[in-house]
Amino acid sequence: MARIELDLAHAYGRNPKQDSDYALLPLRMTFEDGGAYALLGPSGCGKTTMLNIMSGLLAPSQGSVYFDGVEVTRASPQARNIAQVFQFPVIYDTMTVAENLAFPLRNRQVPKAQVDRRVAEIAEILEMSGQLNQRAANLAADEKQKISLGRGLVRPDVTAVLFDEPLTVIDPHLKWQLRRKIKQIHHDLKLTMIYVTHDQVEALTFADQVVVMTRGRAVQVGTAAELFERPGHTFVGHFIGSPGMNFLTGVAARNSFLIDPVDLPMPPSRTLPPGELKLGVRPEYVSLVAPGTPGALPMSVTQVQDVGTHVMLCASFAGQSVKARMPSDAAHFSKGDNVWLQVMTEHTCFYQNEEIVA
Amino acid sequence: MQLTLEGVSKKAGAQSWLYEMSIAPRSNAVTVLLGATQAGKTSLMRIMAGLDVPTHGTVKVDGQNVVGVPVRERNVAMVYQQFINYPSMRVWDNIASPLKLRGEHGIDQRVRELAKKLHIDMFLERYPAELSGGQQQRVALARALAKGAPLMLLDEPLVNLDYKLREELRDELSALFADGNSTVIYATTEPGEALLLGGYTAVMDAGELLQYGPTAEVFHKPESLRVARAFSDPPMNLLAAHATAGGVQLDGGPALALQLPGSTTQKLTLGLRASALRVNRGEGDVDLIGKVELAEISGSDTFVHVATQVGEVVAQLTGVHYFDLGAQVSLYFDPTQIYVFDAADMLLLAPVRGGGR
Amino acid sequence: MSTTIKPVNQKAWFLILPVLVCVAFSAILPLMTVVNYSVQDIISPERRVFVGTEWFAAIMRDEELHGALLRQLTFSFSVLMVELPLGILLALAMPAQGWKSSAVLVIVSLSLLIPWNVVGTIWQIFGRTDIGLMGAALQGLGIEYSYTGNATHAWLTVLLMDVWHWTPLVGLLGYAGLRSIPDAYYQAASIDGASKLAVFWYVQLPKMRGVLMIAVLLRFMDSFMIYTEPFVLTGGGPGNSTTFLSQFLTLKAVGQFDVGPAAAFSLIYFLIILLLSFILYNWMQRVGTQEKGGAHG
Repeated sequence: MARIELDLAHAYGRNPKQDSDYALLPLRMTFEDGGAYALLGPSGCGKTTMLNIMSGLLAPSQGSVYFDGVEVTRASPQARNIAQVFQFPVIYDTMTVAENLAFPLRNRQVPKAQVDRRVAEIAEILEMSGQLNQRAANLAADEKQKISLGRGLVRPDVTAVLFDEPLTVIDPHLKWQLRRKIKQIHHDLKLTMIYVTHDQVEALTFADQVVVMTRGRAVQVGTAAELFERPGHTFVGHFIGSPGMNFLTGVAARNSFLIDPVDLPMPPSRTLPPGELKLGVRPEYVSLVAPGTPGALPMSVTQVQDVGTHVMLCASFAGQSVKARMPSDAAHFSKGDNVWLQVMTEHTCFYQNEEIVA
Repeated sequence: MQLTLEGVSKKAGAQSWLYEMSIAPRSNAVTVLLGATQAGKTSLMRIMAGLDVPTHGTVKVDGQNVVGVPVRERNVAMVYQQFINYPSMRVWDNIASPLKLRGEHGIDQRVRELAKKLHIDMFLERYPAELSGGQQQRVALARALAKGAPLMLLDEPLVNLDYKLREELRDELSALFADGNSTVIYATTEPGEALLLGGYTAVMDAGELLQYGPTAEVFHKPESLRVARAFSDPPMNLLAAHATAGGVQLDGGPALALQLPGSTTQKLTLGLRASALRVNRGEGDVDLIGKVELAEISGSDTFVHVATQVGEVVAQLTGVHYFDLGAQVSLYFDPTQIYVFDAADMLLLAPVRGGGR
Repeated sequence: MSTTIKPVNQKAWFLILPVLVCVAFSAILPLMTVVNYSVQDIISPERRVFVGTEWFAAIMRDEELHGALLRQLTFSFSVLMVELPLGILLALAMPAQGWKSSAVLVIVSLSLLIPWNVVGTIWQIFGRTDIGLMGAALQGLGIEYSYTGNATHAWLTVLLMDVWHWTPLVGLLGYAGLRSIPDAYYQAASIDGASKLAVFWYVQLPKMRGVLMIAVLLRFMDSFMIYTEPFVLTGGGPGNSTTFLSQFLTLKAVGQFDVGPAAAFSLIYFLIILLLSFILYNWMQRVGTQEKGGAHG
C-alpha cells in the first residue's frame, strides 16, 4: 500500500513549445494510500501515459514520481512493487491456475508452504478455489483477467494495483460481476487502486475519486457526486452522464439570462457575470412544467425514445436542443408536440469560456 | 425490398451455429439483432448478405429465392467492427468507390454531401490510416450509405469506439436511418443500444432466435426468461416463488396478490427490473428487507446490491445515494411491476405499461 | 428441404484446362510411368514381365536400403538437434526494430540465397587441407582432417554444412514468432519478478510453439530429401558413409538402371513425404485456430 505523488509533464519531443507537443501537460497529483481512483477520458487524452508513468513502464520527460515520499521516477515496475492488469488477459499458458498465482512468490524464493497458503487465500477471494488445478489457457476471458489480478494481489506488500481498461474484452453481462469483484477486493484489502477507462460507468462505480482528462490535461478531480452535480468544465459536463449535460448559449444580464428570444429570470440568490455564457443542465434535472412557469422554455419535441427504465425526450428551441429524462409515463408524446421544459433549476450551472462561473 | 428468411439453419460439421429460424425484418426500418457474443448474430447477418449459404431454409428478396446468388450480385452494404476502409485510397475515393462502380454522374457532389452528413468533409484528402477510430468508422459508414443499397448490415460497428463517441455516433445513426430508405440490420450485445436505436429487435441466444418485434414491446413483454435475461441492463432480478390460491408466494418472502392466467405450474420465477425497486415506500408497495452489500454510483444512477430474505437483488435508483456497507435497508416495489415466468421459463404475466406509479 | 447451390460459373472449368494439360504432362503421366515400372521387370525394351509387388518386397529387404535409411534418419535427427536450439538462440539475439534489425535480417538470410550446389562447392573447397581455410586450420591444429578419407569427418562436415546453410531459416521463423508476442507479456513478467530464463521458458518458448513446430517439420522434410549438397561435397563417400536416401535412389535408378526396384522405392518415398506433408498441414491448421483463439485473450 503506498501513497503516490506526481509532479511531472510528458512531452513527445525534446523541445515542447505548445500544448499539442505534450502527451501530459504539467500536473501535480496525489493518490492517497488505500484509495480507489479512476482516470477517465476519451482515447488519446493521456490516461494510459499517466498510468504507465506511475507503474514505471514509461519515464516522464520532466518531473518526478514519489511512492511514500521516496523518488521512484526511474525505478522499474519490479522495484516499485506494483501490480498491473492489462487490457487483455496476460497469463502463462503452460501453467495451471495455481502455478500462475504462485509465480511472483516463487520468483522471490518464498517457502513453499507460505506460497500455497497465500495462493489459497487469493483464490478464495477471487472465487476460483475450485479451478486451481486447471490449465490457465483453457479458461474464459473474465477468469483469465481474474488470474491476472490475482497475480498482483498475491504479493502481500504490493504497493498499488493499476488497471488499464481491464474489461475491454469481457462480455457485457460478465462485466457487472467482474466490476463488483474488483470493488469488493478494494473494500476488503484496502489497496491503492488506479483504474484507467473511457467508460464513465466503470470509472464512477469503482472509484472514490475520478480524474477526468482530455488532451493531456486533468480537467477535474472529484467524487462521482461532485462531477455529476457541479462539473467544473463543460467537457466534464459533457463527458459524465449518459447522455451528457445540455448546453444552451445565451447572454447574462444583471438578474436574467437571455436565450433569444426568451428572457429567463434568475432566482435572487444567484448572480451571473455579464456577457455570453453557457447554461448547463443535466437531462435528469430537466422537468416538464406548466406553460409559462418561470425558468422554463417553450420547446418542440423532436424525438421520443423509450429506453426501458425511462423515456428520453429530445426537444428544440430556437435552433438549440435539449434532452430530458422523463419517467416511463411520458411515452405518449410524439414529434411536433409543444412542451415546456424547466431548465433553470438549482442544479443548473453556468459556464464562461468552458469554465464554471456560477 | 422485403427480405424474408424461412426455416433457415446453419451447421458446420457437427456444430449447429444457427437453429431453425424464420424472420422477415420490417422493410425500411431498423432491426436490431441483440445477443451475447457467439449468439449467432454474425452468422445470421452473413446469411442475409449472401456471404454464407444456409444448410437448410430459403432466403427470399421480394419473393425471389436468392440462396446461392453470390453477394456481388445482391445489393447489400456492410459495415464491420474493425473500421474497414481501402487503405491505399483517400477518403474521397473510398466514399466514391461504390458510385464509380455503378458509373454514376455527379459523384463529387454526392460524396461531399455524405461527408458533410457524417462530419468528415474536412478529411476528404486524407488516407484512412491518418484518421482516428471514430473518423475511420464514419468513412466506412459514408461508403455504405453511398452505395444506397436497399439492405444495410452493421455488425457491432461501434464496439471498438470510446463510450462517449459511441453515444454521439449512435444518435447520428438514428437520424441517418430515419430518413433513409433501406432496411437496416444492426447487431449489438448491448441492450441499451437496442433501446436507443428503437425500431424492431430480434433477441438471439446460443444460435436461436427467441423473439422478434417492436423494440419496446420485446423489452416490456419478454416471451421467456431467456429473452428477459438477454434484454436487460442491469440484469433483471430473478426470484424463486410458487403459485398460491391468491396469487404468488415468494420463496422465503412476502406473498403477492396477483391474478395469474388459468392453470399454471406450481414452481414460478418472478422477474423484477432493477429500476422497479425504490427506497421510498409507495401505496400498496411490498417491501423487502436486507443488508447492503455494495453500492455503485454512476452519476445519474446508483446501483445498490442488497442481500434480502428472498435472495440477492440489485436496485437502480435515480441520482446519487450513499449507503454504508452492511447497513440495513428496505426496498419497495409495486407488485404490478412484476414479471411472472412459469416452470418452463415462459412468460405468464407482465406489468401493464402506462400503469403503476 | 436441402438447398441446391446454383453453380456459380461453368466457364471456370475451361479456364483451367490448359493448366490441367500441363500438370498431366509434367507430373501425372511420369508418375503413372513410375508406377508402371514398379510393377514390371523390364529385361529388355521388348520383354516386360508383370511382377506385381515383387520389387516392393525386394527393395524392403535390401540391406543397402536399410543402411541408407538408417543413415538418413540419423542425419535428419542430428540436424534437428543442432539447428533448432541454435536457431532459437539466433532469433533471441536478433534486434527487434530499427535499421539494425533490417541489416541483421539481410545478413542472416544470405546463406539461404545461395544455390545448393554452390553451397556444396564452397564447403568442398573450405574443407580441403591444401587450399581450404577450415581444412588448413584444422591441419595446423594437428588434427588429421580429411572428409574424403575419414567417414566421421565426412559426416560432421556434411552436418556442419547443413547447419550453416539452414539454421537461418529456423532463426527467421523464430524471429517472426517472437515479434508476435505483445509487449504486455514482457511487462507482466517483469512485474512478476521473472528472471530472463523464466521469461524465455514461460513466455517466449510457449508463444513460439506454433512457428517452431513449422520449423521442425520443414527442416525434417528438407533434410529427409537432401541430395545436392552432400553429393557435391563428398559424392556419397567415403564408401557410402554419406550416401543418403535420395542419392541411393538415384544411383539405383539412373546409375545401375535398376528401374524396377528404384521405381518401387520412389513410390514408397513419395508416400512417406505425403504422410509428413499431411502431418504438417494438420499441425498448421491446429496452430492457426489456437492462435486465433489466443489472440482474443
